Formats: sequence, structure tokens, C-alpha cells
Amino acid sequence: MPLDITRRDVLKSLVMGISGESVLHTMPLQAAEQVHRMVMEERGQASRGDYAPKFFTAHAYQTLQLLCQTIIPPDGETGGALEAGAPEFIDLLTSENHDYQLVLGGGIAWLDLTCNDRYGHAFLECVAAQQKEILDQIAYRENGQKDPALGPGIRFFSLLRDLTTDGFFTSKIGIKYLEYIGNTYVAEFPGCPPLPES
Amino acid sequence: MLEIIRTGRVYDVCVIGSGAAGGASAKVLTEGGLNVVMLEAGPMLHPETDYKEHVWPYELAHRGAGIGGGAFSDYSKTELFAPNGYWKIEGEPYTKAPGSEFMWFRSRILGGRTNHWGRIALRFAEADFHAHSSDGLGDDWPITYQDLAPYYDKVERYIGVFGSKENIPSAPDGIFLPPPKPRCTDLMVKRGCDKLGILCVPSRLAILTQSVNGRAPCHYCDQCVRGCKTASNFSSSQVLIPPAMATGRLTIVTGAMAREIVVNDEGKATGVSYVDKATRRDQQVRARAVVVAGSSCESARLLLNSRSQRFPQGLANSSGVVGRNLMDSVGSLGAGYIPALEKMPPHNHDGVGAMHLYIPWWKFDRKNEFLRGYHIEFMGGKTMPTAGQFHGVCQQHEGYGLDLKRRCKEKYGAFIHFGARGEMIPNKDTYCEIDPNTVDEWGIPVLRFHFQMGENEITMARDMQQTFRSIVEAVGGTYLTETKATGKFPHGLQTGGEVIHEVGTVRMGNDPKTSALNSFCQAHEVKNLFVTDGGCFVTNPDKNPTLSILALSWRASEYLLDEARKGNV
Repeated sequence: MPLDITRRDVLKSLVMGISGESVLHTMPLQAAEQVHRMVMEERGQASRGDYAPKFFTAHAYQTLQLLCQTIIPPDGETGGALEAGAPEFIDLLTSENHDYQLVLGGGIAWLDLTCNDRYGHAFLECVAAQQKEILDQIAYRENGQKDPALGPGIRFFSLLRDLTTDGFFTSKIGIKYLEYIGNTYVAEFPGCPPLPES
Repeated sequence: MLEIIRTGRVYDVCVIGSGAAGGASAKVLTEGGLNVVMLEAGPMLHPETDYKEHVWPYELAHRGAGIGGGAFSDYSKTELFAPNGYWKIEGEPYTKAPGSEFMWFRSRILGGRTNHWGRIALRFAEADFHAHSSDGLGDDWPITYQDLAPYYDKVERYIGVFGSKENIPSAPDGIFLPPPKPRCTDLMVKRGCDKLGILCVPSRLAILTQSVNGRAPCHYCDQCVRGCKTASNFSSSQVLIPPAMATGRLTIVTGAMAREIVVNDEGKATGVSYVDKATRRDQQVRARAVVVAGSSCESARLLLNSRSQRFPQGLANSSGVVGRNLMDSVGSLGAGYIPALEKMPPHNHDGVGAMHLYIPWWKFDRKNEFLRGYHIEFMGGKTMPTAGQFHGVCQQHEGYGLDLKRRCKEKYGAFIHFGARGEMIPNKDTYCEIDPNTVDEWGIPVLRFHFQMGENEITMARDMQQTFRSIVEAVGGTYLTETKATGKFPHGLQTGGEVIHEVGTVRMGNDPKTSALNSFCQAHEVKNLFVTDGGCFVTNPDKNPTLSILALSWRASEYLLDEARKGNV
């Protein structure tokens, strides 16, 4: 990519120009800022394309996508976990973690089996009211005390909820949604706006 | 780039390790005119490509959570961290005696753990050097505050430390750059402290708020632990090694795992044997003096592995103290939810890479239920979102949907995390030794750790928890951390080694029967051997050790230089 070459050139010229003799290089502030901006531009241009899941089967991945989007849905202004790339992130981590494979892979299988027993369909094929009914049961720990059979589903949903929020809130849209301000270069730290009473 | 080691060459000094101690020694010795060869067990560092400064989590496939989400249980596994700092190193294990827990953080990279540390730079206080004389426990240092103060001055002037003059007896003032303005979380903690009569003052961090020696001042991105491309914080790799390199008298050998210090018939060190990790070949470098600076426990390991007919218990260890008197800081952690912080409008909360204010030991003027003291560090607020940050909200809120999404946003920035670091008193059950049954992949015998916290440490941890709770409640918050008074980790006492302040294993003293080194870090038994890292500590006051390691190493190196000029080494 042309931009990549440009970045390398910038890095190289910085390194040679500033500290040709030394084994170590520190960048002046402006140069570091410039390189950072170029990298960001490059990342912004990268196209995602169709994602091929590394761990989940096509059916399980579709289920994962629906569950992620249900956990963190879009609202009027901000997209949801799907737009934030949470399913790709979860699939990648799961492909590398045997425990996640059991809890999440096994969890989706458990969900399908349970839905099949109850409603005669896998989770994806259930109607919205049925999906809501089962999710409302596995989304709260206390339901497991009343019905121990829900245990695997509760454990599954708890991990999935953690990872879905990770996927959403570490994404560009998630960080914007939180209104985080920072990761910048400022000459002076601005300090705190007036603190409310406590 | 790197000089090929010629078998014939004899260097003036071989420095083992490139962290705070090794870097300070290399700078002082090369600038004093000596030729130095430095052995580093890890690779060379390339800040401009190795550091992940300013990377957004979404730029990384793992979002900072590490391979398989490994960073959720081991923060060193996040791909955002400065390189090669680990809790576990493949092929380089250590063992624990039955009934002991110990965690050992090691950095295998030029600059060592100074690439990863929290930049908290606190001087020991006058009383810290003679605590034994006050309460009868442990031992006194063979030096006083006045002996070390000029070196604290030199180090602070050179590396740059911000802070403020406060005249607190337990936390001496230094040569300070101006401190940055407090964050909201700092002000909230201070509000609680003011109500409770607890001191809360600008922290002292090795981060530049003004340019020093051509290094740019901080740009306030809160990412020091990722490494700083502008070298606006202190690391040995970017601040001490470059001037040593500039003298033309420093040769760095990377991938060199030191295994034994070689001695001659007169009992003087003549060089160091090391395994070249790239070729797995045994190499030897020759030098007129040896400075061991590989971190407290690695240094003890190297001495204990340097056995010979003349030194059957290991080098410089006739006293048997090498490996003994191991101490970490007493650590306990807590977190509070502060509803008032939910009302804060969006604002830049980044700041420097650690707290802008801190709580120094404030109960030095009264009798407490435990001896010695602790200080408190705290973080939180509207930091850059990270993987794992909302697991707590998820646990508490449960459910799913727009309600969960909104709740996460409301609670974002409303938490403050506390960490207290206190003085551990050395005890006979806490030490490291060579495991007779285990070697690492290079064939070098590894360390076995014994670690026990005493009653004083447990009582101190209880006080830490009570203080965290009282501060959170004083500002209308809910204290979230639940700890038990009994069990393996009473009152949230952290595992030995977890605070990464392990020191004391090659301690200094006036009596060769009870210490390995004299007050200049010089081995009593081997005059051309020095240990300048945290191993030389006699006690481990509630101050993060790096600043004192720098000052002690600087002082020892000036002494070595002086002795070399006189022809005494």
C-alpha cells in the first residue's frame, strides 16, 4: 500500500535524521504525532470485507451475531455490537482459548438444544417472543437458583455479555458512544471541570 | 551494530543487566572513562516500532485483550504493554516451595523493567534507614539519608521527577519539576482525605512536565506502561543507555543469559560466563570488575550459581545471606463506586501514566496497631476504554439490551481503584534458593521461592482496607471490595512478588557475617564485584524501590570509578 511505504519512509527519515549514531531513537513530539496520524488514516482505509469465522460454524456464528446485537443493540444514534465488530473479536479469542470454546461453543449448542426441546426450533429460527423468553431466563444469576437446569446457559450468557461489551466499548463507535476524550497530544493537562457535590 | 566479542579483549567492567541499576552503572562508568560491556538477557529495544503508544484498541484484532483473552487474567499479556515484560517466561521457570506462593515479573528487553514500571519515584525517609533502632525488627542500613541524598538529587535532576515541596517527614522532598493539575478522581480522593485528616499531595513521578536534556515534556496520554516514544518518562533504555552509548565505551550484548561469575585463584572476579541465546553456545566475557544488576532475585541466583572450591556456598556468600531477607511490598487493592462522578461532563481525563495526587504515609506521628507504614496510589475515572473494563457493571446489572448499554455509559468513569504499598519486615521463612532439581532451557539451575507474610503485614493490610473504605464512603460512594480476615490472602493481601518490589536478597551491611555487601554495594569477599540492584536493600520501606536503586547504583558506580582510578580494583 502506498500509504504504508510513506509511513516507513517517514519513520526511516526520522530515525536517520535524529539519531543516526545511537542504537535507540526517541522521537520529537511533532514527529510522533505525525506518524500516529498517518497510521490512523491507514487503518481507517482498511476494508473489512466478508469475515470467515475461525472457530464457530456458519450457523453458530449467525447465532453469535444475533446474540451480540441483542446484548448491545443499536440505538437512535449509535450502532450496536455487530457494527462494532464484536462477533469477529469474540470468534478470534475463542479460536485461541479452549475454555471459551467449551463455554461459548457448547453454550450455543445448549441454547439450540434447549430451544428445540421447548419450541421445536433452534434459537435462530424461534420467533422473537420465544428468543426473549429464553434470554430473560439465562441473563440473570438468580434464575439459576430456581431452576438449576439453566446453569450452563447462565454461565454462557455471562461470558458472552462480558466479551460483547468488550467488543463494543473498545470499538470506534463504542468509544464515541462513551464520549471518551483523549489519546491525544496536549501541551498541558487541562485538569478537572468543577466537581459536583458528593 | 553490535561488537563481536573477541576472546582476547578485557573490558574494564562487565555490567549484568540493563535496567535501572545496570543503566545507571553503565552511564556513570562510561562517562568516567571506563570501557563497559553490558549483558542483557533479552533483545534490543526499538521504541519507534515496539511501543504501542497512541494505538486505539480497535486497531488491534485482540483489542488489547491478548491472545485468547489472556490479558483478563494476566495483564502482561495485553499486546498494548511495552514489550517482553512477563509473569511467565516460556523455558525460564521458577519454582515455589510447598505452602508458598510467589509471583515473579521479569522483563527480558534492553532497559528491563524500567520499560514497564509505574514511574512512581519516592525517596526513602530518614527514619527508613534506621527502623531497627526504633522498633527492634530487621536491621539498620549501613548508610543514612544524608549519605544517599546527594545521589537522589543527581538522579532526579538527570531523569526528571515532578512533585511538590511538602515537608512531610515520611516522604522527603526532592528536586522537582512542577506537578500537573489533578484529575477529577484525584480531587475526589482528596476531598475524602480532607474530611478524614489524611494527607493527599501531588504525586512524585519520573515523568517530565518540562523538557529535560532534550527530552520532550509529557503530552498527557496516560500510556506510560506502553512505553513512550518521546522518552518523556524515565526508562533506562531511553534515558541512561543512550548517553553511555554516546561515549563510545559501551558494548551491549543482547540475548546473553549470564550463568556464572568466573573467579581466579586470588578470589577476584575475572569475567562472566553466559549462554548466547541465539546459538545456545556458552560464551565468556572478561572484565577487571563485575557489576551485577540483573534484578534482586536474578542477581541472587547468579551468585548462588557461581560456586567454586573457594566459594562453595556461592560467590560472596560465606555469610549465607544471599537469597535471604527477600521482601516485596505489602500490597492490598480496593475499588469504590462514586455516584457523584457519574455527573461529570465528558472531559479529557488522561493525564500522565499514574495518579496525579497520592497519599503518603500520614500516621507517622502516632502509635499504630502495626509497625512501619504504607502509602496509597489510586486510578480510575474516564480513562481510555479497555477490554475488561465493563465486566463489573455486567456482573452487577446483568440483563442485556439498551438498558445495559445505557448503564455502562452512566457508570463509565465513576469508579476509583486504590492500591496501598507498605513496608514488609523480613522474616526467616521468606527467601529464594537454588532448586536442586530444576534447570531452565539454557541449562541454568532456577530459583525456588519461599514466601510468608507475618502478622504485621496482615494487620497493615486490614488498615489499608479500612482506609480505602473510609475514603470512598466520605465522598458518598460505595466500597466494592470484599475481603476476608482469614484464609490465604487476609484483607486482600497481595501475593508475594505481585507488587514487583522484591528486594533484599544480597543485602549490604557493616558486618560481613550478616551481609554480603559493604555500604558501597561492593562484595565483602570479592573486592571487584558489586551488586547495585534492589538486592542490596536492607529494608523495603513503603517507597517504590526504583528511585533508590538508581541512587544506590549511581553512588556505588562513582565509588567503583574512584577505586579503579586509585588502582584498587
